[in-house]
Amino acid sequence: MNRSELERKLNRVLPTVQKPGRYTGGEFNQVLKDWDATRLHAVLAFPDIYDLGMSNLGITILLDILNRQDDMLAERVFAPWSDMETAMRANDIPLYALESKRPLAEFDLLGFSLPYETIYTNALNMLDLARIPLRSVDRGNADPVVVAGGHATFNPEPMAPFFDAFVIGEGEDAILEVAEAVRDWKGSSRPREELLIELAGIPGIYVPALYAAAYNTDGTLATLQPTTPQVPERILKRIVGTLPPPPQQLLVPFVDVTHNRVPIEIMRGCTRGCRFCHAGMINRPVRERPVEEILTSIERLLDQTGYEEVGLLSLSSSDYSHILELVKGVNERFAGRHVNISLPSLRIESFSVELMDLLKQNSNRGGFTLAPEAATERMRAIINKPVSTEQLLETAREIYSRGWHTIKLYFMIGHPDETLEDVQAIADLCKAVLREGQEQIGKRASVLAGVGTFIPKPHTPFQWVPADMPEMITAKQDLLRRELRGKGLKFNWTSPDETMLEALLSRGDRRLSEVIFRAWERGAKFDAWREHFSAENWLAACEEVGLDPEFYVHRERGEEERLPWDHIDIGVRKKFLLEDYRMSKAGEIRPDCRSHCYACGILPKFNQLRRENPGPAWSCPDVPQKRATP
Amino acid sequence: MTGDPNAPVKFRYEITFAKEGALRFCGQLDLQRTFERAIRRAKLPLAYSQGFHPHPKLNLGAALPLGIISRCEVADVWLEQPVPPADILQALQAASPEGLRILAAQPADTHTPALQTRIASAEYQIHWHPEDKPLDLEGRVETLLAQAEIIRQRRKKTYNLRPLIEEMEVHPGSESEPQLFLRVCLQPGKTGRPDEVLRAMGLDPYQPDIIRTAFHLKPDPAEETD
Repeated sequence: MNRSELERKLNRVLPTVQKPGRYTGGEFNQVLKDWDATRLHAVLAFPDIYDLGMSNLGITILLDILNRQDDMLAERVFAPWSDMETAMRANDIPLYALESKRPLAEFDLLGFSLPYETIYTNALNMLDLARIPLRSVDRGNADPVVVAGGHATFNPEPMAPFFDAFVIGEGEDAILEVAEAVRDWKGSSRPREELLIELAGIPGIYVPALYAAAYNTDGTLATLQPTTPQVPERILKRIVGTLPPPPQQLLVPFVDVTHNRVPIEIMRGCTRGCRFCHAGMINRPVRERPVEEILTSIERLLDQTGYEEVGLLSLSSSDYSHILELVKGVNERFAGRHVNISLPSLRIESFSVELMDLLKQNSNRGGFTLAPEAATERMRAIINKPVSTEQLLETAREIYSRGWHTIKLYFMIGHPDETLEDVQAIADLCKAVLREGQEQIGKRASVLAGVGTFIPKPHTPFQWVPADMPEMITAKQDLLRRELRGKGLKFNWTSPDETMLEALLSRGDRRLSEVIFRAWERGAKFDAWREHFSAENWLAACEEVGLDPEFYVHRERGEEERLPWDHIDIGVRKKFLLEDYRMSKAGEIRPDCRSHCYACGILPKFNQLRRENPGPAWSCPDVPQKRATP
Repeated sequence: MTGDPNAPVKFRYEITFAKEGALRFCGQLDLQRTFERAIRRAKLPLAYSQGFHPHPKLNLGAALPLGIISRCEVADVWLEQPVPPADILQALQAASPEGLRILAAQPADTHTPALQTRIASAEYQIHWHPEDKPLDLEGRVETLLAQAEIIRQRRKKTYNLRPLIEEMEVHPGSESEPQLFLRVCLQPGKTGRPDEVLRAMGLDPYQPDIIRTAFHLKPDPAEETD
């Protein structure tokens, strides 16, 4: 099908689907390069709808990097919503890239972003819609090289057979090396296996087909070994020494996407060490972006996009060393431009309120979000997020008195060793916060409690812990539902079934891939969307394959056990995680590592990179310069 | 637009634009935002309403059903400072996405009602791809126009489409010529939709390109018409 034929079909189909602007491309600042003038054709895929994918910073960054190469082009593709999928299948429209409208199968490199696990089935569905063989082993020289990256790929095993390679860690440098290898291989008539071995030689690249797993009789993993001596036993994640400047080009979607804003990463990583936090462990070390670079980029990108909002992004904004200077700078430079500044992930302290107050003229006073995560001192010590109730109430008082009406409080239930008393304390704390609000501003005050369920994630100190039992989660949610009633209180929760699926997918091994495949065959897709999620598909798929989800989700893993993700090296030592897990059991806090280095393992692993980027570029201590040998 | 004598003076412009390409699938709210961002990128001094939640003073004309192309849309834009219309045209065009084509900019009287409230009817041209051209288009039009009533349903309400059709004519078919010309009433509560007209003729409304080409305005008693 040529382009005009496809466009004619689309013109007929698009008026019949919801938000057709998701499928047209052509947004302002779109980069459409000449196909014949470029040697490598890449397409970056986000396996959820456009609205979410266009808000994903990773895709934005990598698209920008690839398109800045003279001999490369990169386009975008997202998962069509079910109405569009039906129309595409009915009208024989293959999945196409938004920019050129070329079918995905014509590209050389197809890169998926996998930030969370519940989009795995969408990735399979997109390959199917693109008519590309789902499994790496079935793909030939004419098929695109299919790679994946993103937070979920720090345990790549459940998706191992579907990808030719995984980019473990930060993609800014690695994507170019992968793209160059694919470019040089393409048209060379060298067998695909040779390319895979070459890719596996790039630091941070994991080629699952070159590794084999063996299991013990109790079902645990025995070994996961390279099948060829040419590849490393462990894959050390890739990081950049200094954050590269923010994207040169930002697209401006027509449709109202999740985040309509200029996203600027002010800092990467977090020193807090909350034990449940996957992002906090895998994104070490902390690297900050200079204030001036942030301000200049905001100015340039606002001019270029016309956006009315800027998001200053990090895992913990208050910890950015120059946060006050940054906020003041933003105020000075962008006053009167009708721009909102959002500063998420603030710590629970009155300084955060002062910061937000400084941004007053540039921010809307909707809600102020805080994430205490737990409500008792005991639980806070277990998860290593020590914030006293007193401090929280004081901060709440400050927030209400400065003009905010709503406080959003994020908690998690299902933490290790949690009791119903700890959950009751969540309800009590929400009510105490509301009382502060009522004293300050009366009946207008409200509290919105968002209560997620903890999932023990790979590469965290809680990786050995079983997930909470569904009947316990339900009992805890029932308690909160009973308690968090009445004027000014609102309670949001996540479905226990969806939590179980996320736990299964994030803690699985390579055998789980067959479950994912069968679940997809049964129609599983958009598992993160309540209207699509079906627990039955997954249970049936587990049964068919003969895997017990309990084994993955609710089994405590032995300290000596080989975990399915142990071959992925995040830089933080397993011993360190284990030590932290034991501290958790003993109720011991490990303070912020900015003030004291606990030797998590990052520095020895990346000492050369640290040497090349000394001083305040990282939050880690400096490492001594090597003496030059005469 | 309150009667406040201390309100700062604003400058009003009428901007005509085409909505085509990818933008034909952009809904009215999205178009509003797209247009606003183009104005911001063009660094035109867009005026904002007063109050707690200032809104840009920008109004777009009659909403276009998704998928329909237009070459005659109108935006009513208020600026804080006067800008020569030629500069507006140039700056805005440079800052617009493909599919938003700025055709004209002219100063407008600050007291007259917005142009879009004076619209009486709209003209459309409907083109089919040579492979899709419907059989006996003339016969279908004749049959349709011969009906005294065309009862249609939209959003669970029935209405009579026939009086909303003001003019309809088949032009000799060639690829570059319009194949069907249509003029329908376009007033609040009396909106004739070209896709509905095609459906009433038993045709797939999504097959052809439908292009809105002109508005007809109600006569303005306070103003001499050209």
